[in-house]
Amino acid sequence: MTFFAKTLGTVAALALSAGAAVADAALIYDLGGKFDKSFNEAGFNGAERYKAETGGNYRDIELQSEVQREQALRRFAEAGFNPIVTTGFSMSTPITAVAPEYPDTKFVTIDGYVDPEAHPNVLSVLFAEHEGSYLVGMMAAMASESDTVGFVGGMDIPLIRKFACGYAQGVLAVKPDAKVISNMTGTTPAAWNDPVKGSELAKAQISQGADVIYAAAGGTGLGVLQTAADEGILSIGVDSNQNYLHPGSVLTSMLKRVDVAVFDAMSAGPDLETGVIALGLANNGVGYALDDNNADLVSAEMKAAVDAAREQIIAGEISVHDYSSDDACPVLNF
Amino acid sequence: MDFNTVIQVLDSTIRLSTPLLLACLAGLFSERSGIVDIGLEGKMLIAAFFSAAVAFMTGSVWLGLLAGVVSSMALSAIHGLASITFRGNQIISGVALNFLASGLTVLIAQTWFSQGGRTPSLVGGARFSELTLPFADSLRPVPVLGPIYADLISGHSILVYVAFLLVPLTWWVMFRTRFGLRLRAVGEAPEAVDTAGVSVVGLRFASIAIAGVLCGLAGAYLATGLQAGFVREMTAGRGYIALAALIFAKWRPWYALGACLLFGFLQAVALRFQNIDLGAFVVPVQVMDALPYILTVVILAGFVGKAIPPRAGGEPYVKER
Repeated sequence: MTFFAKTLGTVAALALSAGAAVADAALIYDLGGKFDKSFNEAGFNGAERYKAETGGNYRDIELQSEVQREQALRRFAEAGFNPIVTTGFSMSTPITAVAPEYPDTKFVTIDGYVDPEAHPNVLSVLFAEHEGSYLVGMMAAMASESDTVGFVGGMDIPLIRKFACGYAQGVLAVKPDAKVISNMTGTTPAAWNDPVKGSELAKAQISQGADVIYAAAGGTGLGVLQTAADEGILSIGVDSNQNYLHPGSVLTSMLKRVDVAVFDAMSAGPDLETGVIALGLANNGVGYALDDNNADLVSAEMKAAVDAAREQIIAGEISVHDYSSDDACPVLNF
Repeated sequence: MDFNTVIQVLDSTIRLSTPLLLACLAGLFSERSGIVDIGLEGKMLIAAFFSAAVAFMTGSVWLGLLAGVVSSMALSAIHGLASITFRGNQIISGVALNFLASGLTVLIAQTWFSQGGRTPSLVGGARFSELTLPFADSLRPVPVLGPIYADLISGHSILVYVAFLLVPLTWWVMFRTRFGLRLRAVGEAPEAVDTAGVSVVGLRFASIAIAGVLCGLAGAYLATGLQAGFVREMTAGRGYIALAALIFAKWRPWYALGACLLFGFLQAVALRFQNIDLGAFVVPVQVMDALPYILTVVILAGFVGKAIPPRAGGEPYVKER
């Protein structure tokens, strides 16, 4: 009987703790880990800001393998967490499988896209990478002395072409005669983690005259930034602020404010509005990084021009072509 | 395409070929003794990590190199234990080592450095610097030969020269020493070697130890020579391309040099000219990436000579009673 009472007590306690968790948010990091100095870590920072500013609580998990995606989603949903925020485009497919089973739970896929008609309880957060890339493209063109700038992409997917296309438009807006050399590292996921190829691509672009190179290539980009620093030219980082990697060599970084997206989603709580939102310049979803490490590289004139362009894009006076809208780029051939 | 571009592409070829060449020679030693080694990739990867991690912590690239070689040899020892001592399946042991290296490097890197599975960037003495050969700068103005010497031959890290010198050395060891003769024999007919009173197990362990050293050099070159730090999965399939090169080279040292230079050249061309316009049609970059594998399949299919592997390859040796 005592055993039965104890068991009953434990069950009740568990039920209570589960009940207490109802209002908590959950965060799932994509493969790559919480402290990747990039995408996922930005998500973590947003969640920490939510905790500090609102006093709310959240639970998180780092995925270790592909098979854990659905499992993690289900366990959080089962435990009553709401909303469940995920980073990385690879989470959108598992969400389509799990979301219909928990209609009262809100799911957020950052950088992924889920059809809002079919899944009314999912929020897809997309970024206007082309707008941010446009700004760093302008900076690249202004910093370039040879009027030749480079772009190194990771895996050749439409998302990366979107970066390249926005960048090229920014460059040509400042210097219509400038040359943009664009290279993709590969066509398999290995292209995200091949810094050796990144270095070789950077060297090849430098030998063709490039003196500013924008890398949107994950781990491969680290090789590009390294080579740029070794060869004494400028580079541009991506996703999170990478200026600190090689102070004095990284001109700026194109920021994707994953932290803003996570913070907003968690702050909205279970009443989160679902659908599709695009974070662009207007709502500070993308931008460029300015800190102590690149303060000497960015002139006042450069900053003024870029900030003016930012205002014009927000006001709709400049329209930056989005590669993913029609799978074509007016200024760059792939 | 002007002369300078040619030099640049060839320069890039040398850098890209070196890790392939080292791994290919490692595979050559291993397979010639009858041990199939799928684990080249994993050994390179773990060596890349430990060389970068130790170089970062000590500030010395040489200690890093040592750590890389030791870690790679440790994986070799596991491979030997599983497939020589316990006569397990060599392919499975090699594949397991690849997975082990892939997971272990990221795990340790995360625990030590908390940077998402990579090491911090190396600076100064923690990297291999580029050697400038004597008279490189004074000879540069000489037409044609000057740039070839100053830009193509000079200006690489010391491991590149080591790798190229290892080709004649491997040939000499394999075909001109008693050790080499026994090593080749153990890959063709281990029972004959055993009858002669030479230890099959000892020879096979020696050959995979050499393979471990060579893979260690390859990994260290990737992380501390070409790059300034380790990034997860940074070998990016080079171990498998090296295996393909080994088959392409028909398990011979000089052919291995040729095969690795060819594969490196294809990569360099693919990186320099993304889509090659031949006038009538455009060769997409993917074709260049796939060519090493296509060529290997062609060779294996017997269109260009015959690729005959060592006869006892993949077979654990069991002494007859």
